[in-house]
Order: sequence, then structure tokens, then C-alpha cells
Amino acid sequence: MADRTVLLQLLFSGFGTGGVYALVAVGFSVVYKSTGAVNFAQGEWTMLGGMTTATLAALHLPPALACMIAVPLVGLVGLMSERLAVAPLRIPTPMAITLLTIGIGLATRGAAMLTLGKQPMGYDGFSGNAVVQIAGIRVPAQTLWVLAIAAGFLLLAQLFFSRSVPGKALRALAADRDAAALVGIEPGRGVMWCFALGAFAGGLAGAIVTPLTFISYDQGAALGFKGFSAAILGGLGSLPGAALGGIVLGVAEALAAGTLSSQFKDAIAFAILLLVLFLRPNGLLGRADTSRL
Amino acid sequence: MSSPHSAGRTGLLLAWIALLALPFLAPNEHVLFLGIQFLINLILLASLNTLMGWAGQISLCHAGFFGLGAYASGIASTKAGVSPWLGLALAAMVAGLIAAAVGRPALRLKGHTLAMATLGLNSILSVLFTQLVPLTGGPNGLLGVPPLSLPDDVLTTAWSTFLAAWIATGIVLLALLNLIQSRLGRALGAIAFNETAAAAAGIDASQLKLQVFVLTAGMAGLAGGLYVHANQYVSPETSGTSVSVLLVAMVAIGGWGRYWGAVPAALVMTLSPEFLQEAQDAELLLFGVLMISVLLFFPGGLVAVPGAISRVCARLLPNA
Repeated sequence: MADRTVLLQLLFSGFGTGGVYALVAVGFSVVYKSTGAVNFAQGEWTMLGGMTTATLAALHLPPALACMIAVPLVGLVGLMSERLAVAPLRIPTPMAITLLTIGIGLATRGAAMLTLGKQPMGYDGFSGNAVVQIAGIRVPAQTLWVLAIAAGFLLLAQLFFSRSVPGKALRALAADRDAAALVGIEPGRGVMWCFALGAFAGGLAGAIVTPLTFISYDQGAALGFKGFSAAILGGLGSLPGAALGGIVLGVAEALAAGTLSSQFKDAIAFAILLLVLFLRPNGLLGRADTSRL
Repeated sequence: MSSPHSAGRTGLLLAWIALLALPFLAPNEHVLFLGIQFLINLILLASLNTLMGWAGQISLCHAGFFGLGAYASGIASTKAGVSPWLGLALAAMVAGLIAAAVGRPALRLKGHTLAMATLGLNSILSVLFTQLVPLTGGPNGLLGVPPLSLPDDVLTTAWSTFLAAWIATGIVLLALLNLIQSRLGRALGAIAFNETAAAAAGIDASQLKLQVFVLTAGMAGLAGGLYVHANQYVSPETSGTSVSVLLVAMVAIGGWGRYWGAVPAALVMTLSPEFLQEAQDAELLLFGVLMISVLLFFPGGLVAVPGAISRVCARLLPNA
């Protein structure tokens, strides 16, 4: 039954990368919902999370602690980016914010290269290099960590947005900016927290995937685009959609690489994206935006 | 009073003729080559600026169309012996055709669909350029592409390449100017102002956007065709998604939605590698900070800076 084990192996690695894409997709969705802008800095924050965690781990900090320091730091970078570059914008149109995030992304990548270096970095993972036997296949323990952390984060995010007062305030802001402002929700503050949350989610994704893939300063854009695709696949703005989109993309990529050709796996992943975009423009789980005149 | 958007045909004609002085003034081939590069960048950025500024759409595949043009003309001339001059037309056509195939379903929908679809398209193209090794030369690039030379060597290759780029630039800039000043351009303005109202007035928004998208993609393909013969080489890095993002950034820095905005953008894009060569490691950071500063302090882009300065001067010296 070699075929079955190979398939299982591919599925597991697909779920692992899928979980990472899902986190990046959440970051995209949060900023998109609050500003209407496509955030080109998202991938750079993901890269920053991985690079910072690896740098701290190289200083002999335990990997979990390194991650717990690095990820909030990346969240802070997102918050500061919003304060310094987006908040002063006089007319915050989605197009202007989108263009600004390109600048933020370039600056972040440049700063990461200058301070953290050009070498690809990695660290051993939360359980070292341990490998776990599941159903006859060998899975790196870090893959299980990735799945658990991604699932946990998505669950917490879902609770945050559906139960807590600040989460509901952010949703109100996304639904109707002016009406939210009338009931005392400050739009500027909301956008700031959304940038921080987006950067936090991206940084977390980068931090937990680095033991599996290594990371260098120039890999952010590629990760960002994958996360963006996952967000669109699932439906921008929907948390279960982000999870589904990430898993679908990750599994499709792994299956394409394992069974068809590893050189063309990215092309296949993006071909799926185009297909979904044309057949279901609002994503697999997204609802159509209704607009009133 | 002339509006900041006004751009006369006379001004364009004069600027275009003035550009012809460049090969005479260029002290060496390197500077002439920079001039050719500037014209190629100008075609790329002016077409993208029109798509962004007048059709309100972001294409994240402009570098991909550039690459399509470069590889189409490069492969046709190296593998099939097609004349490079014919290759230029082929370059524009291939890019336009692919743009039409992807643009048609994407532009039926409102919002960011085109940005997303073009991002996916560029990613697929990058993979194809890198992996179809027998055709494209793979990561090493396509080598030995013939230059744009004239029969019997009437002119040196550098001269004939410059002339080709110069004529192409003139055609593209005039076409874009005509486009934005025509009925089509006014219809695009109406769509940008209120798409529903424009539709009620009988304007088919998605059809118009598709036409502009295909036209500008064809122009990017033409720029790619010029590039591959000027360099006699093309590699996949010149047409990746990150270059497409950079092009969007350049348009924003120059002044998107302003006809002349592409000129400072093309200047920055052509000259910044020259000036930042020593500070190579800081280039990205400088670039990002420059871009944020321009967007925050000069929302109209670099092209609006002289106007802004003269307004400040007029306020400070009311009687001057």
C-alpha cells in the first residue's frame, strides 16, 4: 500500500502549509475588512515573524519563548506602520492605502535585510527535530504544532470577533464606518488594531513555519501572495473561509508537487485560484456583497 | 487656466522631438543604453498609469505581459528566424491576447478581481518562463537574441534600437493621450465617478475596462519586445510578480492618474539603480520610505511637486 502512505504523507504536509496560509489569510482579511485595501505588507510581516524567531532562537532562547517574544513584536511593527504611514493619510481611499502598504512592505523587507541579514534562517522547532509516527507515516512534530497553533488561533479569532466587545466593534466598523463612529467607535483606532492583528497573525504564521521550510528576507512576498490566494479562495473576510482556503491551497499544492510535477506546483496552485475566482467570485464560503444605490 | 490634467498634443510632440537629441548628446554607449531603457520604462509605466488612473484597475501582471512580449519576440527570432521588427508586433499581440483571455471573465466583476486574477496570471507566467527550459532557456534566460538592426548596416545597432524605442514611445504616448481625451476617456471618467450612473447613461463599463486592459497589456508586451532585442537577452527575474508590484509603486511615486506622471516615474526607475549602486543594501529601505513619503506629502506624485512648490511660493510672496 505504498500509494496510500504517499498520499497520506502529502495530505499531512499539505495541511501543515495550509494552516500557515490560513493564518496569513486571516491577516489579509482583517485589514481588508477594515480599510478595503489589499495589504501588500502582509507577506513581509510573515517573513519578519520567522526571521525574528530564528534570530532569538540562535541566541539560545527556547524556541517557544522566542516565538512568544517575536510574534507580539511583529504585531507592534504592524501597529507602528499604521500609525506612521497610514494614519496621517488625509484621504484614506482603499487605493491610497493599498499603495502605501507596498511602500511599507518594501521598507520592512529592506529593514529586515539590513538588521537580520541575508542568510536563510531556521531553528529546530518546538519539540526539537522530533518525528511522530501516525498511521504508518512519519510526520515532523512541528507540523502538528503548526496545525494545533493555527487551529487554536483561528478559534480564538472567531471567539474574539463574535463574542468580545472590541471584536464586535471592529465588525461594526467594517460593516458601516459612519454608523459605527456615531455609536462611539473611533474608526482610526479600529484600523490601527486591525493592522496590529494582521501583523500578529502573519508573524505567528512565519514563526511556526520556519522550522519546516527555513526563511530569508526575500521570501515574504511569495508567502504573502499564497496567503492572499487562500483568503480569496475561501472568501475575503470570512474566518472559516480563510481556514478552508488555506487548507485547499496547501493540499492542492502538495498533491500537485507529489503526483504531477514539483516544478509546476505553484502554477497549478494559481490556476486553481483563477478558476475559483471566475466560477465563484466571492470565494468558496464568501457571500456576495449586496450593494444598495 | 489650464487644469493639471491638461496635456496638449503640441507639448507631447515637442517633448518627443527633444528626446531625439539624446543619442547626439550621449557621451558613450552606456548613456545611450540608459536612454533606451528609459523609453522602455516610459512605455511600461505610461500604459500602467492609464489603466490605474483612468480605468481605476490595478494590474499585477504588467511585468508578466512585458515578459510575455520579450519571450514571444525573443523565441520567434531565435528559434524560428522571425525578423525582430516583426517580433515587436508579435510581442504586443501575444500580450494583448492573453490579457483578453483573463480580463474578460475578471472584468465582468467589480472590485479587486482584476488585481487578484492578474496576480495569479503573473505567478503562472513566472513558473512557465522558468520551467519551460527548451523554449525559454529556464532560469539562465534566453540567450543570443538578435538585435534590431537595419539591412546593410545603414545605422549602428545602438542607433537603430534607439530609433525603434523612440518611435514606439511616440506612438504609445500619442495613443494614450488620444484615448484619455476621446469619448472613451470621458466614459472612463464617468465610470470612475459613479459606475451605476454611467451604466444608466448607456456606458458598458466592463467592456470599456477590458478594452483599456488589453490595449495597455499589449503596450507592455511591446516594451518587452524592445527590451529583449536591446539587451539580446531576457531572464525570468525581469517579469516576476515583485516587478509588477514595483511598477505599481513607480506609477504611484510618479503621480497616478496624471498624464505626465509616467515621466518622473520612468526617470526614477531608470536612474535609481545607477545612483543606488553604492548603497545597494539600503536600496529597498530607501525606496520604501521614499514611496511612503511621496504618498503622504505629495498625493499627486512627483509630477505634482513643481506645482506644489510654486503654490507655496505664491503664498509666501503674494506680490511677486
